[in-house]
Formats: sequence, C-alpha cells, structure tokens
Amino acid sequence: MSNAYLDISSVSIDFPTRGGAFRALNDVNLKIDEGEFISLIGHSGCGKSTVLNIVAGLHQATEGGVILEGKEVNSPGPDRSVVFQNHSLFPWMTTYENVELAVKQVAKGKNKAEIRDWVNHNLELVHMTHAAQKRPAELSGGMKQRVGIARALSMEPKVLLMDEPFGALDALTRAHLQDSLMEIHRELKNTIIMITHDVDEAVLLSDRIVMMTNGPSATIGEVQDIKLARPRNRVELADDVEYNHNRSAVLKFLYERQKAPVTDDAA
Amino acid sequence: MIGFKTFFKKNSFIEEDKVGVANGTRQWNFDMKNRLVNFFTLVGFTWAVPVIKLVSGESPREQFAEMFRTIGLPVIAILIFLGMWSGLASQVKTSLGVLPGPVQVYQQASTLVDEHYAEREKEAAFIKRQEVRNAKKLEKNPDAKVKIRPYTGAPTFIDQIFTSLLTVFAGFLVGTLFAIPLGIACGLSDKLYTAVSPLIQVFKPVSPLAWLPIVTMVVSAVYVTSDPMFDKSFINSAITVTLCSLWPTVINTAVGVSSIDRDLVNVGRVLKLNWWSKVTKIAVPSSLPMIFTGLRIALGIGWMVLIAAEMLAQNPGLGKFVWDEFQNGSSNSLGRIMVAVIVIGIIGFILDWLMLTLQKMFSYDKAAVIR
Repeated sequence: MSNAYLDISSVSIDFPTRGGAFRALNDVNLKIDEGEFISLIGHSGCGKSTVLNIVAGLHQATEGGVILEGKEVNSPGPDRSVVFQNHSLFPWMTTYENVELAVKQVAKGKNKAEIRDWVNHNLELVHMTHAAQKRPAELSGGMKQRVGIARALSMEPKVLLMDEPFGALDALTRAHLQDSLMEIHRELKNTIIMITHDVDEAVLLSDRIVMMTNGPSATIGEVQDIKLARPRNRVELADDVEYNHNRSAVLKFLYERQKAPVTDDAA
Repeated sequence: MIGFKTFFKKNSFIEEDKVGVANGTRQWNFDMKNRLVNFFTLVGFTWAVPVIKLVSGESPREQFAEMFRTIGLPVIAILIFLGMWSGLASQVKTSLGVLPGPVQVYQQASTLVDEHYAEREKEAAFIKRQEVRNAKKLEKNPDAKVKIRPYTGAPTFIDQIFTSLLTVFAGFLVGTLFAIPLGIACGLSDKLYTAVSPLIQVFKPVSPLAWLPIVTMVVSAVYVTSDPMFDKSFINSAITVTLCSLWPTVINTAVGVSSIDRDLVNVGRVLKLNWWSKVTKIAVPSSLPMIFTGLRIALGIGWMVLIAAEMLAQNPGLGKFVWDEFQNGSSNSLGRIMVAVIVIGIIGFILDWLMLTLQKMFSYDKAAVIR
C-alpha cells in the first residue's frame, strides 16, 4: 500500500486511432505529498495534459490508476479542480456568478451569507473583488485567469490542477500571476500540479519538476528537486547559483536529452 | 442636532452651487447621449446615432458624412427604385389596365385605410341600432331576452393584417415550444440525433403547403366542438406555420448545443453539475445565439408560407386579401395587391428586426457583430 497523498500508479493510456491503439503514456509513476507544488514539463505532445486529465478524471487510464488519500479516483470531481489554459469561464455569467456556481456545488449546508462571504473571500485572494460584477468579455486575459484560479480554489480542492495556466499571457502579467500563486500557495498550502512550457516558471514555483520524455509511450524521464527556500523572489533568484543550476538541469534535459520531436511545422 | 446653517456650511452647498449645476448638466448630457447611442445601436437604428451626436454638438462635419452614409444612401436607392418603378410600370398594359406606379399604390393605400374606418363606423352604428332596439324591447317587456349580435361585415385590409400577425405568432410559438426542447435533446444526445436525423432531413424540405390538405382534413376530423375557441381556418393556418418553423429551430438548437466549447463541458464535469444544471447553466446559455438564429429563420419562413397558405386555403389574412383582389379584378385591384405586397414586406422586415434585437439583447457576447 502506498502512503503518499496522491499516487499516480503505473498509469498508461491508449487512444484508439485508425491504425489501432496509440499508446500515449506508458507506465507513469509519481507520488506526491500533501502541500507539494509539482510542475510537469516537456515538449508539446508528450502527454503532459493527458496526465493531468487522468488525475482530474476527465480521461480514463487504460492501465494503472490514481489514488488520492487512499481512494482510487476515476471520475471528475471538485476535490480535483482544474484551471484550464484558456480560463474557461462561462461568458454569460459575471465574475461573481462564475465563482458562485462552483461554491454552490461544494457548499453542503452553507447558508446564503456564508456562500456570499466565501465567494468574496476567494475573489479577494486573487485580487479580483473590483471586477465581481463584470463579465469575462470585459476582463483582460490575466484577470480572466485570476477568476479561473479563484473558481478552482473556492472548491477547496485536495489537489489543484493547472493546465498551462499562464501560457497565453504576456510576460509581465504572467510574473504578477506567478507571484499571486506563490502567495496563495504559501497561505493555503494546496497540493498543486501545474503543466508548463516555461523553465523559469517551473523552477520559481515548484518543489519538484517532473520532466517527461517525448511521446509516443511518453513517461517520466527525470525528476528535479528544487530546494530553494521560500518565499522566493524572482529578482534575487536571477543571480542565485542553485537556481541557475536547477534551471540548467531542466534545460539540459529538454534540449539535449529530449530534443523537440520533429513535427510538420518544425521541418 | 445639526442646524440648517451648519448643514449647508458643511456641504458648502451654496458656494459650489453654480459650478455643481453646470458640471451636472454637462455630465447628464454626456450620460444621456451615450445611453441613447447604445440603445439605438442595440436596436439597429444606427442611422439615428449621428443625429444624436449632431444634436449634442459633436463635430458636425463627421456627423453629416455619417448621416449621408446611413440615411442619404438608402434614401437615394429608394428614390431611384421608385423612379424606375413608375417609369417601367406605365409601359405594362394588363387586362386590368396599366400596371400601377407608386402614386396609384399610395392612393390605394389611403383608400384602404379610409375603408377601414368607414367599416368601423358602420359597425359602431350597427351595434348602436341593436342597443336602441333592445332598450325599446326591454321598456315594453322587462323580461324579454335581448342579444347583441356581432357585426358580420367583411374584414378590412387592416383587419386582415392583424389576423395574419396573430396566426403567424400562434403558429411560431407552438413550433418554438416543440422545437427548442427537441433541439436541446438532440444536441445533448448523439443517439437521439442519429435516430431522428433522417426524419428531420426528409420533412425539412417539404413545403408546408403540401401538408395543408392533410392538416385541413385532420383538423376538421379531430377538432370537433360545439363551441370552438378558435376558427378551424385559424388552426389550419397556424399549424402550417408551425410545421415550417419547426425545422430551422430544431436544427440550429441541436447544432448550438452540440458545439459547446469542450472546456466548458469539462468545467461542468469537474463541478459535478447535475443533468438539469448542465442544461440550464451551460447548454442553453451557450447555444442561445444559435437558437435565436434558428428562431429568426423560422419566423421569416413562417411569415412567407402563411401568406401562401392563406391564398391557397382561403383562410382569413393578408393572403386571402390578395387572392380576393385578384379574383375581384377591378381596375384598382393591382394597386391594392401592391399595397399588400409592400405591407407584407414591411411586416416581414419588422418581425426580423424584432428577432434580431431580441438576439442582441440575449447574446452574452456583446462584441459579436450580429446582422
């Protein structure tokens, strides 16, 4: 029996294609402790999102499974809330209503005032109280993503899953959101799995960086422990020896050991 | 307690009085103008926007250019059309005389309106006569049974307009009530869609006029009551409209529901929304624009088909008016028919505009250009 908080145990997945089953992931094993911040990094198409979706329960593993607090999970649920890359807010609802919908789903036996307070608390956490009555179309990309994070946090998930949450944002906005996320993580001690393409982001935020090999039959290539003290400051870390050592380790894995797969647009 | 003087002083009400009012008026004008501009843009009266801006004193040159574009160009096109119409119509000699031009059509239009009021006066006189007669009867014998018989004069052109409008709305409403739930169900369930798709594909291209004889027979066989709430002819026409307005709404709703963003569906799954919440909170709102597109097409087709059905079945309405005038064959008939044609067009245009405005009001994506 495993005693890890979250155990991704010998997960493999096949996708049906015209030419037969396509093995996207092969034997992925990862044990995650409570409160840990994990980054998944790897080249496009290596199955990072698939791992995340299996943990979320949106995909079913062909072999193996995911065990959260000793129980197997195979369907989606609010205990593993997801922050999607393109925010995925309901465009016909205001910021407040978007978060409220999630809160109402998990609020068993909470009264109206408690629900309202909890929604507002989560909006405050991501500094979005001022835009509570705005619709997503009126918000900038970074603000939308903040609301998406508030919605995911408001469900008080056991594991927060983030699928390239800052991928579509400009560098400055991204830095702001990373700082916010570190602040939230320090405060709430969530267990977080985040997919990223960005090496700096991974080193700055993570406790461990999980590097994936290229598909097909992708699996975990290496795991890099990041032992930098928290709270971390991006400016100070820029000259930090250990930071740069970690950074170059990840870069070496990505660009020397696992070269970008040759795709049509790269050729 | 604070005295009045202190209160005034505290707010320095008096000193700032002048400035406050001046600023306030300017602020109010600005708000009002923006609100008006937004309103007219929403309802599609973009030609009114430069007028408002001009009145509020915004750079006249730009506004005149904009007015020329939005008002001037259409007016020029209409004038050219009227000129060509009157020039060409006078060349065509029919058995009912020369094809009427715009002037004759306008005369006929005012005649039709006059006839309507004349008919209303006749009706009022008819009712009055009955009342007088009844009063006399009651005077002689207080127990006498008296009755006001309804006026049975021919419906006027304007009466026919309202009959047609009522019919099209009734048929459209019934069609919508069936079509939206069916469309949602088809959009949610691939199996259901696969099952009913062939039926929809076969029935969709059938002209509802082909159904008309069957509808008529079924209605007269099934709808048998001694005290009918609706005329059979009304029901026939309405069902015909229902039949043709059904399909566009079903198909558009189904497509709208089935093409919801995958990520939004996934959010619903992560939130563990129940079936009903998924329908009401995700499926319906996100497919609302498509549903309205379907409804708009449905109402447009319904209006076109209704006129034809009324002509064919001699059911009261604008179609019957056109057909009666055609059969009547007086020298005025062609002019009166043209009035009907124009009115049918304008009503169709208003119906479409109504649906478009509703669509814009309910659309969550205010930035989207909806035409």
